[in-house]
Order: sequence, then structure tokens, then C-alpha cells
Amino acid sequence: MLQEESDLSLIIAQIVQKLKGSNLYSQLERQAWGSWEKRILKSLNSMCTELSIPLARKRPVGEQKELLNKWNEMGTDEPDLSLFRPVYAPKDFLEVLINLRNPNYENGDSLSFRTHLGLIQIPLKVKDIPELKECFVELGLNTGQLGIDDSTQVPPELFENEHVRIGQKVLAEQDSAAAQQYIRQGSPTALRAELWALILNISSEPEDVLYYEQLKTNVIQHDLLVDSLIYKDVKLTASNDDYYFVFEDYLYQVLLCFSRDTSVLSHFAYNSASPPKSYIRGKLGLEEYAVFYPPNGVIPFHGFSMYVAPLCFLYHEPSKLYQIFREMYVRFFFRLHSISSHPSGIVSLCLLFETLLQTYLPQLFYHLREIGAQPLRISFKWMVRAFSGYLATDQLLLLWDRILGYNSLEILAVLAAAVFAFRAVNLMEVTSLAAAEAVLADLSTLKVMPLLQIFLFATVT
Amino acid sequence: MSRILVPCHVKGTVALQVGDVRTSQGRPGVLVIDVTFPSVAPFELQEITFKNYYTAFLSIRVRQHTSAHTTAKWLTCLRDYCLMPDPHSEEGAQEYVSLFKHQMLCDMARVSELRLILRQPSPLWLSFTVEELQIYQQGPKSPSMTFPKWLSHPVPCEQPALLCESLPDPSRVSSEVQQMWALTEMIRASHTSARIGRFDVDGCYDLNLLSYT
Repeated sequence: MLQEESDLSLIIAQIVQKLKGSNLYSQLERQAWGSWEKRILKSLNSMCTELSIPLARKRPVGEQKELLNKWNEMGTDEPDLSLFRPVYAPKDFLEVLINLRNPNYENGDSLSFRTHLGLIQIPLKVKDIPELKECFVELGLNTGQLGIDDSTQVPPELFENEHVRIGQKVLAEQDSAAAQQYIRQGSPTALRAELWALILNISSEPEDVLYYEQLKTNVIQHDLLVDSLIYKDVKLTASNDDYYFVFEDYLYQVLLCFSRDTSVLSHFAYNSASPPKSYIRGKLGLEEYAVFYPPNGVIPFHGFSMYVAPLCFLYHEPSKLYQIFREMYVRFFFRLHSISSHPSGIVSLCLLFETLLQTYLPQLFYHLREIGAQPLRISFKWMVRAFSGYLATDQLLLLWDRILGYNSLEILAVLAAAVFAFRAVNLMEVTSLAAAEAVLADLSTLKVMPLLQIFLFATVT
Repeated sequence: MSRILVPCHVKGTVALQVGDVRTSQGRPGVLVIDVTFPSVAPFELQEITFKNYYTAFLSIRVRQHTSAHTTAKWLTCLRDYCLMPDPHSEEGAQEYVSLFKHQMLCDMARVSELRLILRQPSPLWLSFTVEELQIYQQGPKSPSMTFPKWLSHPVPCEQPALLCESLPDPSRVSSEVQQMWALTEMIRASHTSARIGRFDVDGCYDLNLLSYT
């Protein structure tokens, strides 16, 4: 009986957390998202007809056997992907967000107090620094952090040893809520994989491994057009990255299975998007033959594989890696490429970034705007990818620790503003968008936690 | 508690503004909506539901008949109820709201008319109102059921008739059947949420192009 109760409360906790703050009825969301979705579908359909490749195709038995043999080394495959192009890239999505307008909002032509100086023109409520300080109180100057207080100059007895000991205790107790609170100060490298699994409520039951094997069978049986898009994306992004190219095979194994996973469809209950629909050939319009395409309803865009790549450092068993990625996606990552008014949605993050910059670095903001280098044009790609591929991996994992700990993506916008604050002196001297991009091109040497701490707690306002 | 929709007539919104309404400088920040119930006698109001559209604060005044002979009085039953925590931003702007009897400042018996006073102090919004306004009164209480006599007055245990020896003991059988029934109830109640996950239709996933609707 106790087991049932704890399972039930687990499910309830997951549901409550996912439903919190979902504003699905907003008029502006529906209109904007509707036309954007149509554009994506048109792009996919035209790719299908131009290249004469079916959206889905059942593999002949010989091909199935071949793929099964090659399953662990799909990276060695070199299919001709030159004719495929990504369905959209983050900068296309940014254009959509820039053009979002609320029909009830006074958007006069003349510059007045109502005009937003940044790119986003939607008046969503975003936090300011005092509210962020309250929210991210564990990142304060008086609290120990991994990423700051574990550096070589600091003796480990001061913070690190005790922190590791507490982490081991949390894992021993298998306390998910305590883990979430603990990880706000960062996770020791050795404990990170288990802590994330505990927070995301992932346990490797035999049925989960079986489910993953079932997905693998689905991949082998059917070949989807989306697979080629995934291949192309991995080849373009992760394979070219110094840190992640070794995980190329894992990425295929996870992403191909991800697109067959119908359980992902349940996240559309709190996502304002809707999965693309189609009908079995010859049965157009008959609801019994309506299916979603791809089966998980998610069309990958340029850079999508970067959501998975950092996780490969933590998990080496494909089915566990898969489950962790899937849970991270339906909890956090989907908000980064869909339009909603959720505080962690990409629109709010963009507005938060612009507002922070405008309020606390007004000179820099004004200067960049004058030279035609709107700051959001540079930082958007960082936020959409949750900084994956831009930061060094150890720093990225420290950042993602805090995403899990605070259950919010707002820290991405704060970090983006902190990066601009850090390079403000150089940015004040540039005179074009290209030069500004060059100043901010390489983030791989940045240390995330000191930047965040200084920006939130140590900047004189 | 069940509720019954009361048919109401919602009059057009009236803007309260100092000076000429047609001036383009500045829009009215206060609107009044009158709600009458032409075909219904004064009733007890249970619930008000509506969809907000950029209204920041709501006050409701209600016209009550206190007794058969005195004239009806206007009372304020809700004062400056906040619908949008920040009038300048989107939060709460398009939410569905339900207001109940127990949230009101006064008794809601014998209501004959309602007046909603909407306020939106922010100049950012072009218009504001409330939509899909619905008024409910209390429904009839669920009828009390009378238990059949044999349930409330169980017959004392009868002496079981002696059966052949080859048959199993009936009380043991009945307890085992009860246990099996309890197990099936448990299984039925805790149905697994894991789906089979089929995305094709009878093994076929040969698709047309994607539909735009």
C-alpha cells in the first residue's frame, strides 16, 4: 500500500510541476504559433515532394538486418545528406518572436514610454534583480558554490568535502526533494549522474529498458524523413564539436528512438504547440487513420542534437541516457523552442535578458542598439541551446545543475546578461554587429558561477 | 453542490470618463456592465464565472431585496478584486475566473440585479472587458436516498444447510472469492500508465503529406 501511495504522489508531483504556470489559452500564442507551425509543415512537405522521399517508409528485411548490425556505429555511415536542409534554425525562430504582437496592446508608431527598446514587444512580467536575488538566494556571496569554492586555491575542508558528504547522504536517502535543494549549490562530478536521475525521477526498471528496446525496433522497422534531418543535424553540430564528436553514435541512438516515442506526445497537454498530423495514404480525412508525424510530434531543428550531447558525459548506458534526455526535454527544453507566456518560455527569457541589460547596463544597451547590434540577436542562440556547445562542458554541467535545482530556465537569461556585463568594456568599443559577434564568439573560457554571482549579488546598481 | 445557470441579460458596457468620450487622448479606465434577470425572481447567487480580457480590478455591486416590503438596496459585494497583479503586463489578462458566494462581502440572497465595475488603470491596453459572463444559483440538493430495508436491517445469520462432504466449505470459498475480488479491484484501480506506444495503424505508417489544419 505504501508503494502505491508513494508512486501516486510521485505522479502527482510530476503532473503538478508540469501544469504550473501553463497559459495555453492566450490569444496571441495561438495566432503566432499557428502560422509558425504552418511554415514548418510546409517546409517539411516541400522537402518531401522535391526530393521524392516519403515521410515514412517501411524498411525491407535486408535493410533492417543491416541497420541492426550497425546500430552501435551509425556514425560510420556516410549517407548523402547534401540535399537535406534543416527545417529551421534558431535565427528564423527569433524573427517569429520579434514579430509577435498583442492586438490589444498600444503599439504606437511614435516612440513613447510604451515602446520596448529591445526586440521583444510583448509585455510579459519578468523578474528584476531584487526578485532574482530572492529567487536564486543559494547563489549568494555567503553560500558555498561548486564552480567557485572548489577551485584549487580554496582548501577543500572549507566547503567541498562537507558538500560531497551531504551529497552522498542525499543519495543514500534517495530523497528527490533534498537532491533538488542540494544541487542548487552545484553537484560534485562523481555524484552528478545519480543526482540528476534522482531529481528527474528516473529509475532503471527492466520495463524502461524494454521500452527503449521497443523504440529501437521501431527505428529498425520504419525509416522516417526526420531521421535524415537528425543525421544532418548531428553531422553539422555535434560531430564538429571538439567535446562531443566522440558521442556521435550515442546521439543517433538517442535521437532516432526519441522521434519514435509516442509518450512524448503527452507533453503537448501543457505545451501550446500541437504535433503535426497526417493520414495513412489513401485514407485522407478518416480519423481512425490519423497519425502524428513524427510519432513523438517533435520536429528537430538545427542544433537540436546539442540538447543530448552534454548528457553523454554522464550516462553511458543507452536506455538510461535516453530516459534522462526525454525527461529533460519534456520538462525544460521544449520551452526553448515553443511560444508561450510561461516564465521559463523562450519569449519570457528573451524579455528578461533584454530588460536586465536595459536596466543595469543602459549605456551598453544603448550603444549596441545604436550600432545596429541588438543584444538579443547575439544571445538568442545561446539561450535556445541552453548554452550547449558554447560553454566548456564542466561549466555547462554546473549551469544545468542549477536549472534542475531551481526548476526554471531563467538562469539562462541571467547568464546571458552576465556575459554581456563581463565583456562590456570591449563591447563599448565595437562599431558593428559583426564586431560585437566577434567579441562574444568564444565563451569557452568563461567560468559560469562567478559571472552569475557577480552579476546578481556584487554589481553596484 | 450542483448549480443552475440563471439566464441573464447583459447590457452593453458603459464607459465612465470625465469629459468627452470621443477624445482620442486617453481611453476610459472604468467600465460598468449591468446584468439584469428579466425572467427570474430574486434568487440566491451561488457563483459568477467569466473570462477576463485585460481587466485589472473588478468590483461588483448587487441589488438585494431584504424583505417583501422594503425597496431593493444596492450593496457592494466585491471591492477591487485583483485580476491582474501587474496591470501593465500580461499576467492574468486572459484567465478564466470563478467567484463564489463565500468570497462576497455581503449575503447573496434575493439578488435581482448585478453591476460589474471594471477598472484598468494602465494606458497600454486598447480595450478591456469581461467575456462569457455566467451567473449560477444553487441547485437542488441531491435527493436523500432511502436504503432498502434489507440493507439497513440485515437479517441475522441463518444456519447454513448441511451440504455434501465433497463440496468445499462455503465460508472458506466466500472469503477466497472476496480476496480475489479485492485483487481485481486493486489491479483495476492501479492501471499502469505505461502505454504500448504504437504509432502506426495496423503495422502501416505509409503517410500522406502533413496536413495544415
